[in-house]
Amino acid sequence: MESKAAEMTTAEPLLPEPWIVREVIREMADVVTFVLEPGEGAAAMAFKPGQFNMLYAFGVGEVPISISGDPADVSRLVHTIRDVGLVTHALCAVQPGDVVGVRGPFGSHWPIEQHTGCDIVVAAGGIGLAPLRPVLYHILNHRDQYDDVVLLYGARKPDELLFPGEYDAWRKAGIQVEVTVDNADAAWDGRVGVVTTLIRYGKFESDEATAFICGPDVMMRFTAQELENKGVAPDKLYISMERNMKCAIGFCGHCQLGPEFICLDGAVFVWPRMKRLMLVKEL
Amino acid sequence: MKGLEEIIAEHPFFEGLEPGYLTLVAGCAQMAAYRAGEYLMTYGAEAEHFFLLRHGRVALELSAPARDAFRFQTVDAGEVVGWSWLIPPHKSQFDARAVEDTSVIKFDGKCLRGKCDADPKLGYDLMKRFTRVMVQRFADTRLQLIDVYGKQGR
Amino acid sequence: MEKALILTLAADRLDQLFHELQGRGYECVGPTLRDDAIVYDHIESSADLPRGWTDEQAPGHYRVKRRDDDAYFGYVVGPHSWKKYLFPPERRLWQLKRAGQKFDRTDTPAEPPRYAFIGVRACEIAALKIQDRVFTGGQFTEPKYAAAREQAFVVAVNCTQAASTCFCVSMKTGPEAQDGYDLSLTEVLTPEHSFVIRVGSDHGREVLAALQTAAATPAHEQAARAGIENASQQARKLETAGLKELLQRNFESEQWDDIAKRCLSCANCTMACPTCFCSSVEDTTDLTGEHAERWQRWDSCFNPDFSYIHGGEVRKTTASRYRQWMTHKLSTWFDQFGSSGCVGCGRCISWCPVGIDLTEEARKMRESEGTCHEGS
Repeated sequence: MESKAAEMTTAEPLLPEPWIVREVIREMADVVTFVLEPGEGAAAMAFKPGQFNMLYAFGVGEVPISISGDPADVSRLVHTIRDVGLVTHALCAVQPGDVVGVRGPFGSHWPIEQHTGCDIVVAAGGIGLAPLRPVLYHILNHRDQYDDVVLLYGARKPDELLFPGEYDAWRKAGIQVEVTVDNADAAWDGRVGVVTTLIRYGKFESDEATAFICGPDVMMRFTAQELENKGVAPDKLYISMERNMKCAIGFCGHCQLGPEFICLDGAVFVWPRMKRLMLVKEL
Repeated sequence: MKGLEEIIAEHPFFEGLEPGYLTLVAGCAQMAAYRAGEYLMTYGAEAEHFFLLRHGRVALELSAPARDAFRFQTVDAGEVVGWSWLIPPHKSQFDARAVEDTSVIKFDGKCLRGKCDADPKLGYDLMKRFTRVMVQRFADTRLQLIDVYGKQGR
Repeated sequence: MEKALILTLAADRLDQLFHELQGRGYECVGPTLRDDAIVYDHIESSADLPRGWTDEQAPGHYRVKRRDDDAYFGYVVGPHSWKKYLFPPERRLWQLKRAGQKFDRTDTPAEPPRYAFIGVRACEIAALKIQDRVFTGGQFTEPKYAAAREQAFVVAVNCTQAASTCFCVSMKTGPEAQDGYDLSLTEVLTPEHSFVIRVGSDHGREVLAALQTAAATPAHEQAARAGIENASQQARKLETAGLKELLQRNFESEQWDDIAKRCLSCANCTMACPTCFCSSVEDTTDLTGEHAERWQRWDSCFNPDFSYIHGGEVRKTTASRYRQWMTHKLSTWFDQFGSSGCVGCGRCISWCPVGIDLTEEARKMRESEGTCHEGS
């Protein structure tokens, strides 16, 4: 009993492990992707698409960030971060060789492996493409397991599109990639309009489709509703929620939304579970 | 070669239109094409036409001095551009410019208005089709207004 | 079935219990009078107990008063609860030093504390069990809580009176401790001042064996029963049937705005509540940037930045924060942990500076619906 008790006090669930920054990619003015490899005492990490890690900027703080890399490659950990606060600002400033603290992976995942044989609609808004990129990578690795695959992606402006260098490769691999921006000048010859307008261009069968939706709250609500209106079964629509998180393991209480702990039960939820809760103001 | 009526019948905008009305609206229509960069209509001008896109892409824009045109919506094949012909004072409220080479069915508004006045049932049918597009565009515009991807907004 | 062993310990031998527990390496913590309130703190002996004191409680009201007898446990619960020992209000989780491509931990994880909780009320045992489910019953285990809890020796005291704020009977948590203790005491003043003791565990049996006890007489048992019966007379009630569904149906009730006109969003209810578990962490570093620490502190859903995400707080209004607290406590807790989060201790009622009473608010919510939803 004594030794068990002592062991339990030693294991500290909120203790981050050191990972080394190997590569930093500046995606846009305020968005950075970095590639991490395990530092001393850290172990390689298997994860499922849609899961997140708590990333720790030494002495500054910790934030939940989705994994944006290929789930098939466990030797590295890829995260894409937008500079919106103190901690993300520090994380966006890392250089190769720096050490970042990592805890994870946490949370539910996009159930892509459970929807083989389906048409897959991936709908992303803004930086919401980052948590969905592992889904696309998984599809690329197993393209023959899925029927029609469509990426519907909307961003604010042309220079705020994430991962633009990869769209052609995705298209070549048999993914229909449709992109729109909320506004643009005449130099942009792509589509202009909100992301929901892309749904009509997607080549997929509504009654055979599973959709994974990630972006700002409002964008997910409208997209899910629009897909539902178009005939996609509500229980085949998945969204990823954002709430304040301090611990990611269900102890701190911050991320509650009604009965759900976003960190444990989410962040990926099936749409009907969130639909009503999302409509309650300030829940 | 397909006849004009057949082409109109195949366009999603007129899906389900009564065959008799098809002949009526076709009487006000002609085929047209625009090179990339050409304007289908310009802000403030008499809005005497609307366009069903068959191929290509058209941008809806507003221009201001000393800055690039602000592009707030693009319209692709299968969709419609222009509703000012239907509603007084029949002035275009934005520029419509072909982004790529674009082919359209171009409708004469004055001609169609006459037919609608003569047959309000046709007028009501057309009004419903255009209202649906307008409501959708307004809803989209609201979403753009709240700037969902901005740092302040969620 | 062996009949449960019931013994008595004369009141003037109570210190034998302290000595025995101390001899076994326990630090005794329990009720003591400080700053005009009965709080939980380190106690050395029965002399530290608030002997001859009682409390008077009502919404927004708490006073200690002299009793006309020398009872050791003649009061109910105060502002403190036992959670502060198992889940401290503030603690350092770790210290790290940045060392090349690794982090060196520079603090020494502490040995788990070994507390004997003296005077745990039935509602508080229910609260301990609820926090057990929060911290050790799910996918993850909070190791420091688990270790301290594993070590703790629980001396329950059955209530023989209730405050006006008590509603443990409604919540089916008291006033008599049914299990979850090592020893349970019922203080009686007749036939002589003593404690009627039941054993709840092997540890309890071992400790009790070292005390100079006697077999309980029918008179002792009768006096204990009468005391508990007295504590069962509670005017305050909370109708729990359908309460979970009632609150989740009423996220958008106007009553939240009505409560918000009174609620100060001060967080007292969450601090006093024996089951509230929310916490926050703060990361700090020294001036060199090479040494960092993480501190954990109790947090509250009433704090503005509790729900902060980039762009602002999700719950900006007091109405939304009170709704979160009360709905969590009485409703969504069932979804998360399979029980109510409320034990009926009444602390949130007494320690609310404006006297908001959740039993009253729940009743009003029920009335606002009329009868059409009854039983649904």
